[in-house]
Amino acid sequence: MVIICIIFIKGIANLNLEFILAFPQDMGRHGGIFPSIVGTFCLVLLSLLFAAPLGLGTAIYLTEYTRESRLTTLIRFGVESLAGVPSIIYGLFGFIFFVIKLKMGWSLLAGSLTMAIMILPTIIRTSEEAIKSVPVNLRRVSYSLGGTRWETTTRVVLPCAAPGILTGIMLSIGRTISETAAVIFTMGSSLRLPTTLMDSGRSLAVHFYILAREGISLEKAYATALVLVLIILAINAVAYYFMHRITSKYS
Amino acid sequence: MIFPNTAIKERVVSLTLTIFAFSSLVFLFLIFLFILIEGLPLFFKVGLKHIILGFKWAPTRGSFGIFPMIVSSCMVTVGALLIGGPLGLGCAIYLAEYAGKRGRMYLKPSLELLAGIPSVVYGFLGVVYIVPVIREYLGGSGFSLLATSLVLGIMILPTVISISYDAIMSVPRSYREGSLAMGATKWQTVYRVVIPSARSGILAGFILGMGRAVGETMAVIMVAGNALKIPSGVLEPLRTLTSNIALEMAYAGGDHRMGLFSTGVVLLIIIMMLNYIANFVIRRRVLK
Repeated sequence: MVIICIIFIKGIANLNLEFILAFPQDMGRHGGIFPSIVGTFCLVLLSLLFAAPLGLGTAIYLTEYTRESRLTTLIRFGVESLAGVPSIIYGLFGFIFFVIKLKMGWSLLAGSLTMAIMILPTIIRTSEEAIKSVPVNLRRVSYSLGGTRWETTTRVVLPCAAPGILTGIMLSIGRTISETAAVIFTMGSSLRLPTTLMDSGRSLAVHFYILAREGISLEKAYATALVLVLIILAINAVAYYFMHRITSKYS
Repeated sequence: MIFPNTAIKERVVSLTLTIFAFSSLVFLFLIFLFILIEGLPLFFKVGLKHIILGFKWAPTRGSFGIFPMIVSSCMVTVGALLIGGPLGLGCAIYLAEYAGKRGRMYLKPSLELLAGIPSVVYGFLGVVYIVPVIREYLGGSGFSLLATSLVLGIMILPTVISISYDAIMSVPRSYREGSLAMGATKWQTVYRVVIPSARSGILAGFILGMGRAVGETMAVIMVAGNALKIPSGVLEPLRTLTSNIALEMAYAGGDHRMGLFSTGVVLLIIIMMLNYIANFVIRRRVLK
């Protein structure tokens, strides 16, 4: 694995030079990757908007509002299965359901809804773990002071679990950014700057895929790859920071 | 504080959360429903046998045989496992048993980074580095079973490593101490004591890695060559179930599109089976 890491670091170092040379010209004038960056950003933001409340709600329900029962087993089964579905199936589903049946067309909305379903299991699992790791005593104190269940959850449990939940969200952002198959079928691959929810757009990963696969420009492909990897790196670093904070807090 | 008000609020919150919690079940149901609605009719129209065991994929002329793709998907998966499995297990053993604290501190994050890198980037690096090398030294076009297995093998490494690592770490310390006290060397301890006790966890890691390899699309398209036949050697190009869907979805219509959804149905069934086997293996470990 050390070898692989070295190869990767070397690869990235190689990409770096070419990328720095190529980036300034591509940025605005030729519409280089700017629309894709905006597209990716919108995609991430929108899918989080849908998935974060839903996922967090599910996690809170599973941990704070019910006991272990057949129902929770069923819900967990659903989450596990959803996590196992490959991205191309999400793509097919998003295409037939959002794009065709709900007549959204290839759009930012269809893309982000599909991605929201795809990242839901990640958010649920990590938030659940984070909420579970909050000591029971904190809850008991809150209840003994007359706090209701919701007050306890929002004022005591969630602030304590925040780093863990944020880690999960960071991970799912990474997944959204690197996804290609599901996005290309639901958001399309138009190179224009998406201005409304119903516009088609192209995420960075899709842009990279098209550049590399159709051999449009190797240099631009390298550059896009580097941007992608750097974004993932930054996200991982932030996630790692939060994770570190939890471990140092509870140990 | 007005009490009735709080009680109502609590009930509303509770109800909302319940609805939220069911969302993932609903989504799962919807996904299955729509993939099946689109994919199943063709099974009845053309016949299960002609789709799953048919050799010819010519969807515009009414042949929907996906047998070569099923075989290709299996071959690629096995290939990825042959490459990623031993390597991943080796890394996990190193990380868990041999690496010092410093080494672990650097290796673990880089592993997470490896897991976060988009699959298209893996595919691209495969095209740029692996394919030319194969073409140069082994012959053929380079777009081959070997290249695909290599790319996928590297891709599944993080999955295999992290799950095997957890399994190895969960082996009680006393087992190791017992073995070492009997005069066994470190490697004997790892090989005869630690790995057998972590077996089911390692197996689960392999199965989940397989799931990832079967489901991978874009990286495979880039390095596999996408020829419509069963590869006769490791240097032959091939097309998997996933790449078949992704390659033709853009322009498919009517029966052709249904054929792609049928491919999706087969893929979904394979993956679900793999996942349940993995879950079963993991659960058995927990029970033990």
